[in-house]
Amino acid sequence: MKIAVCIKRVPDMDVRFKIAASGTAVDEAGLKYDMSDFDGYAAEAALQVNEKGGGGEVTALCLGPDAVQETLRKALSMGIDKAVHLKCDAVPFDGWAIAQALAAQLGGGGYDLILFGRMSIDSSNQSVGPMVAELLGLPCVTAASRLDVSGGTGKAQRELEGASETVEFPLPAVVSIDEGVARPRYPSLKGIMAAKKKPLEVKPAQLGAVTVTVTTMELPPERNAGRIIGEGPDMVPELVRLLQTEAKVL
Amino acid sequence: MANILAVAESRGGELRKVACEAVTAARAIAGGGEVHALLLGAPGIAGKAAQLGEFGADAVIVTEHAAFALHNPEAASATIAERVKSGGYRAVVLPASAHGKDLAPRVAAKLGVGIAADVTSMRMDGDVLVAAHPVNTGKVIANIRSTANPAVVSVRPGAITPVAAPRAPRIEAGAAAGDPSAARVRCTGVTTGNTARLDLGEAPIIVTGGRGLKAAEHFRLVEDLAAAFGNAAVGATRAVTDDGWRPHSDQIGQTGRLVSPDLYVAVGVSGAIQHLAGMRTSKTIVAINKDKEAPIFKVADYGIVGDAFEVVPRLTEAVKAARAAR
Repeated sequence: MKIAVCIKRVPDMDVRFKIAASGTAVDEAGLKYDMSDFDGYAAEAALQVNEKGGGGEVTALCLGPDAVQETLRKALSMGIDKAVHLKCDAVPFDGWAIAQALAAQLGGGGYDLILFGRMSIDSSNQSVGPMVAELLGLPCVTAASRLDVSGGTGKAQRELEGASETVEFPLPAVVSIDEGVARPRYPSLKGIMAAKKKPLEVKPAQLGAVTVTVTTMELPPERNAGRIIGEGPDMVPELVRLLQTEAKVL
Repeated sequence: MANILAVAESRGGELRKVACEAVTAARAIAGGGEVHALLLGAPGIAGKAAQLGEFGADAVIVTEHAAFALHNPEAASATIAERVKSGGYRAVVLPASAHGKDLAPRVAAKLGVGIAADVTSMRMDGDVLVAAHPVNTGKVIANIRSTANPAVVSVRPGAITPVAAPRAPRIEAGAAAGDPSAARVRCTGVTTGNTARLDLGEAPIIVTGGRGLKAAEHFRLVEDLAAAFGNAAVGATRAVTDDGWRPHSDQIGQTGRLVSPDLYVAVGVSGAIQHLAGMRTSKTIVAINKDKEAPIFKVADYGIVGDAFEVVPRLTEAVKAARAAR
């Protein structure tokens, strides 16, 4: 099948963020970047669909400045066949502006399946995938934790609050991938070498107009430093007393 | 004065708590305008409409159709978008629940605007919608503004407490957009894990088990403690869901559920950064862990260093006794 997977380059979250002098973004100094978590699952899902289903071609797309080419090379090193870099100075916060650029590239591309991660781990708006589907007039399933594709139809499972639902849909379709489908494979040395020779096309991103913007960023209030009240089961009465009188939650 | 539309989520013929939260959120930005709630469901859902008046809905538009018995994203998003257009609303408010997060971007795209997604607070500042949205796994708060008109907003479950503002709403029948039974994406079934269990997003107390429990069957300790509280849900760490001890839907953390209950009890949870990202905004955190160096103790308001197999059964009995004495 012909599959597209849309990925985003995001900062590693295992850090203590600082706010940049502009006040509208995080300070980029010292941050490491990688493919957004859920987009890694989507890339793996794309590869597995074709491995199980008799082959095909997977294209990775990424929107942003030149630095995103490193993320696209990582996707290629996992086994993805080709890459498209939709170039712009900065990735807008507004998913609708992003969706228009992606739809302009994906429309008419003849893709059987267009995959996204459930959400980007940085801006966490969970909006671009279904917006692209609307622009292209395609069926869309979001946050699939299981995905099976065969014979022109797809089946997926979605996790709800305390329940899960199963859905069926015809291809071509847009699907966003949640955790649970597949852990992304680590690129092999051979894959890393091969990725250097795979095609990576650069095009200007045709971003849409922006209606939602970030005015300021701030750090949430710090929690009080942790407190160990003691050791062993004999501390239980003291814990219950604190929960009743201090925290007032019991 | 422009009116606000709130999408009232139901499942299995019952209103969900997030429906009331959406109405309260809509009320907060309606100013002198009206709040209308849109309630989609299978025939019979109209019986739930009056409840939405308790939280300030001036009118409830009810669209009944057999194809709305289960989640029907194409027909629901089309019906919502059509209503926003025909009703001339200033904004539409959805819950950022599993279903709401599926619908909101579709609605926004049909209206040709961006979305203020998963907001924890919001207000109108003149003609601009101003809201707060946690980004970077909750480590940073983005203060955002939407100049979109109509504005599309999804509200994080639990972030806004439903406030009573009772009135007797006008109940109106609304038509579905197109034929809901002709949708391409079809929900074929819903599996409910355990109907008696509280959902992680709605429970005021969460008891979470980690790998320190050593085996799936020892989750019994956590289940028993949750049962003793009476109003607690059970969560799990990623290590535990990866090992198949618990379903993925129970996972709390960066790639799972983000929760902020009144009380969070972590049992045998080391406190990996990816887990802390999902629960650090809980109001009170209790940690029980054998390793006094475990990072969970850095965020715990009350930590007990000890063996979960000794501490938790004692705590379960003490909680039962405390509740019985009330």
